[in-house]
Amino acid sequence: MLSMQNISMVYRTDTVETHALREFSLEVAEGEFVAVTGPSGSGKTTFLNIAGLLEKFTSGRYVLDGKDVSALSDAQTSRVRNEKIGFIFQGFNLIPDLNVFDNVDVPLRYRGFNSAERKRRIEKTLDMVGLASRPKHLPSQLSGGQQQRVAIARALAGEPRFLLADEPTGNLDSAMALSIMELIKNINDSGTTIIMVTHDPALSKLAGRNVHIRDGQVSDLDTDVQLAEAING
Amino acid sequence: MFNYYLKLGWLSLRNNPMLSLLMVAAIGVGIGAFMTILTVNYTMSGNPIPQKSDQLFHVQLDSWDANDPGDDGFEPPDQVTYRDSMALMRGAPALRKIVSNRSALVLEPEGEEEMPFTVDVRNTWADFFPMFEPPFLYGGGWDDAADQNSEPVVVLGRELNEQVFGGGDSVGRTVRMNGMDFRVVGVLDEWLLVPKFYDVTNGPFAETEEAFIPFNLAIQQEFPRSGNTNCWKAPEGDGMEAFRNSECVWMQYWVELESAAQKAEFTNWLDAYVMDQKALGRFPRPLNNQVLDVVQWLENQQVVDDDAQLMLGLSFLFLLVCLLNTIGLLLAKFMKKSGDISVRRALGARRSDLFKQHMVEAGLIGLAGGILGLGLTWLGLEGIKVLFGDLVNNLTSFDWVMMLTAIVMAILAALVAGLYPTWRATQIMPASQLKAQ
Repeated sequence: MLSMQNISMVYRTDTVETHALREFSLEVAEGEFVAVTGPSGSGKTTFLNIAGLLEKFTSGRYVLDGKDVSALSDAQTSRVRNEKIGFIFQGFNLIPDLNVFDNVDVPLRYRGFNSAERKRRIEKTLDMVGLASRPKHLPSQLSGGQQQRVAIARALAGEPRFLLADEPTGNLDSAMALSIMELIKNINDSGTTIIMVTHDPALSKLAGRNVHIRDGQVSDLDTDVQLAEAING
Repeated sequence: MFNYYLKLGWLSLRNNPMLSLLMVAAIGVGIGAFMTILTVNYTMSGNPIPQKSDQLFHVQLDSWDANDPGDDGFEPPDQVTYRDSMALMRGAPALRKIVSNRSALVLEPEGEEEMPFTVDVRNTWADFFPMFEPPFLYGGGWDDAADQNSEPVVVLGRELNEQVFGGGDSVGRTVRMNGMDFRVVGVLDEWLLVPKFYDVTNGPFAETEEAFIPFNLAIQQEFPRSGNTNCWKAPEGDGMEAFRNSECVWMQYWVELESAAQKAEFTNWLDAYVMDQKALGRFPRPLNNQVLDVVQWLENQQVVDDDAQLMLGLSFLFLLVCLLNTIGLLLAKFMKKSGDISVRRALGARRSDLFKQHMVEAGLIGLAGGILGLGLTWLGLEGIKVLFGDLVNNLTSFDWVMMLTAIVMAILAALVAGLYPTWRATQIMPASQLKAQ
């Protein structure tokens, strides 16, 4: 599903060169649920941005769903993001002027679906996340957990094969976090590949595989002990 | 997607009403100022008789002093002498020809209670009406016989007919002016020529005269002249006869020529006439006749004067300043939306999608600014009327062409102002904003 080979990402200023990722390689199979951990500044967010085609990398090769996406144009990159990738952010990133229905509608508009098809998909995904009764609510009228559910509905409406979640429960209390994680697990069970960045060892245990990033390089962690050691430094 | 962009634009404007209002005001004020001045210039520079402006010719003869350059150093006088005008009326080969000037006569109403009042009159020839095609409400112009016999006939303007006869069909009735009874042969409908090309000398934006009478009658009765009179040497002798034979210019001469051949025949005749006059000791300056059609004549007379064009330039600069302000405000607005833009990019929007979305928003601001600008233009034109009164009454009408121009200009201006802020908005790197949200 996802194959990164020797990806390097260097941020340069006039005086400083920062290596965010160094010869970073990772393979993720279709249907996997991968939790990515690592200390602050280790390169987790850079990895996620590159995986989501939100950022260009300095060198290396990235193949997504069998297609080399290393050097696509803006329009091609946007199309891949729209059709194949769903995003869930820590801060929800809903558009405050738009109600729940219209927020979920955003990616579908760029996909070019007609209004009937958009309506069908929006209603289906809102039902899936338990918000079918609140399509006209503005984000400000919802709790944090409900806003994250809207964000998940928005990510799923285009039926992507690949979901990227960046600390999806970071802004939620533990009860809300648990319910969101159950939802994400269910999504994975239905066949969607998920990569989730998290600081929480309890959440990372829910994933089928744990990947640790340190100093821009990756290591797979197979045991709980390794995982705890990695997260606790 | 256009409707979607319209909806997003409207939401964005509503979301930040103060900033939106500032941008709309900046465009509205700029458009209002520019359109006010443009409207005045547009009216000034219009073709007052498009259907035959290339067939009507104003004639100038250089009868001026050899030692005095006359107008601008090169131009012959704008008007002609009485003796030349009569010679031209008698002999010049033209489809139609007229000479005319203005008088101010005193009209004595029939009712004993009513006070006499002054009427602005044009003294002219029968051909004036078929040449310049004023619209008639009742009757028509007089015939050639009335010119030859100096008959006391009159064509009334609509307003004067309303004042004297209550607006009814007054053909056949009489009005008394300067102690003489005039038989009404026609009543004009509303006739507003802007510019009043047939007598630019006495004011291109003056009102149309209130009544028209035969020129020969005005000469015979020695009605007082009210137009401009210029002389380069004093009349030789006293009295009206001496004045008529002088080199003073005080009449406008127009001909109607239907083809280039007719024009060539006319100018040849005119040159021959001037050469004959030179042989008689007149026309000391080099041969310099001018036969200009309506548009050429208005350009020659600089009806749209330099001050008006300078004002137009200044108002355009003001519009540019307003647009610069709009660019700054749009930039601030769009940069504030960087989070929204980044989310849309992450969800699959192309740069071109965001470009269109924000240009539609800029266009909406332009549309609102255009509507405000229309209102301000109307206020500006009313203000000009208040400041300058009757002098500019004819220049401050705002037709649908100018309304459409104001709206289109406002939208275009907003789109131009929106180009840079929109481009900047599309260059936002989504990754840097999404984590910070």
